[in-house]
Amino acid sequence: MARSITTQRKTINTVLAWAIGLLIFFPILWTILTSFKTEAQAINDPPIFLFFDWTLENYSVVQERSNYARFLWNSIFIAGGSTLLGVIIAIPAAWSMAFVPSKRTKDILLWMLSTKMLPAVGVLYPIYLLFIKFGLLDSVLGLTIVIMLINLPIIVWMLYTYFREIPVDILEAARMDGASLKSEILYVLTPMAVPGIASTLLLNFILAWNEAFWTLNLTAAKAGPLTAFIASYSSPEGLFYAKLSAASTMAILPILILGWFSQKQLVRGLTFGAVK
Amino acid sequence: MGRITLKEVTKSFGTVEVIKPINLEIEDGEFVVFVGPSGCGKSTLLRLIAGLEDVTSGHIEINGTDATAIPPAKRGLAMVFQSYALYPHMSVRKNIAFPLKMAGVDKTEINRKVDEAARVLNLSDYIDRRPGQLSGGQRQRVAIGRAIVREPDAFLFDEPLSNLDAALRGNMRLEISELHQTLATTMIYVTHDQVEAMTMANKIVVLRDGIIEQVGAPIDLYKNPRNLFVAEFIGSPKMNIIKGDAATELGAPTVGIRPEHLEVSKTKGKWKGTVGVSEHLGSDTFLHIEAEGIGTVNVRADGEIDLHHGDVAWLTPQVDKLHRFDATGLAI
Repeated sequence: MARSITTQRKTINTVLAWAIGLLIFFPILWTILTSFKTEAQAINDPPIFLFFDWTLENYSVVQERSNYARFLWNSIFIAGGSTLLGVIIAIPAAWSMAFVPSKRTKDILLWMLSTKMLPAVGVLYPIYLLFIKFGLLDSVLGLTIVIMLINLPIIVWMLYTYFREIPVDILEAARMDGASLKSEILYVLTPMAVPGIASTLLLNFILAWNEAFWTLNLTAAKAGPLTAFIASYSSPEGLFYAKLSAASTMAILPILILGWFSQKQLVRGLTFGAVK
Repeated sequence: MGRITLKEVTKSFGTVEVIKPINLEIEDGEFVVFVGPSGCGKSTLLRLIAGLEDVTSGHIEINGTDATAIPPAKRGLAMVFQSYALYPHMSVRKNIAFPLKMAGVDKTEINRKVDEAARVLNLSDYIDRRPGQLSGGQRQRVAIGRAIVREPDAFLFDEPLSNLDAALRGNMRLEISELHQTLATTMIYVTHDQVEAMTMANKIVVLRDGIIEQVGAPIDLYKNPRNLFVAEFIGSPKMNIIKGDAATELGAPTVGIRPEHLEVSKTKGKWKGTVGVSEHLGSDTFLHIEAEGIGTVNVRADGEIDLHHGDVAWLTPQVDKLHRFDATGLAI
């Protein structure tokens, strides 16, 4: 009897998991479906789910109207650059917080995290002025720096959590073996933390890829990434739901594929240290 | 060369002074064992010598030069950790080669030395494995290999055998002793196990609460413990401590008798008692005897003695081997 209860419970769990998963995924699915509809079908009432005239027209129109490749390249550069730069800065920071903590380390970590609780728009004005002053407006470099700084607290936090799991004995052994601080971080700590660093890279790449507030406010035509590309289709004049959907699909597709192939790393990254 | 001198060394964590001013001279080539109960500061003392902890005050000299401010990487010492602390992402070969690589030794020389160390330590068959694929004893050997390749001035061992099972521990104890005889390099060894201390050391340093209680050769400490603490800590089974009238009769407020210095008989003797637990090992017999007016006394007798639970036994101490202590616990 106990066995049948378990099977029943399993079935319920599976059904529930699928239901919740579909619910969360539905907007994305709807966007992808809409991108294959005509503009008229896209706003049809009642909505058409699957039985419409499948068309690729939206994609060709979007490609004609704007240069997808340039936006894509900007996205890759900004997301990749800000993540790499962030990790390079965060590794030594996380090292010192994890292995030579001071009385204030916890406070500093919390303070860093608290900056994420501030609405971004609160610092838009000063950052905008700084960008004008340094000639960084609408530049890929400027965006890379800003997004790196925005995500830095999360990168430091994640790496700090991973580093804390590494036995300090091994780092001390490296010191006894004559390793300088640089060698210790380069040859011992970093290779041991590779899984953690990989999931940090991934998560921050995704965060940077999806970042829209700063990219929309600090770019115009030149440095805009894919988020700006999508936004250019949500115009108040006219109804372009299908084209907007096509643009969105093209923008999320690379990150969706990346996420799909690295889901194991991501899940591990997000739950690491939660259970011993 | 590996002469290490501690001068008035202290260490505090916050307001707690874990090492009180310590002076100690370790000669080149000595095998010194720091022994004491847990929390006595023996590991901290080793870490101070290694440079992994900073001293609060005092000086540490290595080969006559003040090393107090020198970082661990530059002290010329090698350390074997209790957890082995191998690099999990490197093969055995790379683990052993790491200190040489850090010292900038050239590749052919590194390979030669690593192969030699692997041969000496019976690791040649495992040289390309990762630490995760090795047994505890093999990991311990890799840790030792990593320490010996760079020919340090002194080896520091931090309870290296406590993660091994009893049989393996005995073997590794021998191997480390042999290694000391071959290399003739200074070794400092921390343990809470007095058997390891007695069997391996040239010189034992007994620590309690951050203070050195006594320094001396193993047999010295066994024969002439300076106080009750050392008397009870060194020797296995533990020394019997007798107080009260029975002690006064033997000429001191407190008298210590080692279990092997009590003669046991079924018929006659000085003290009468009843056997509680008897352990028959063949080579020895351990008896726990409830002696009248004295309390529980441990006895170690050579060979097999036919005494069991509930039997009456008579005990006679060997008077010339008694340890007498005054009221403060110091040896008389």
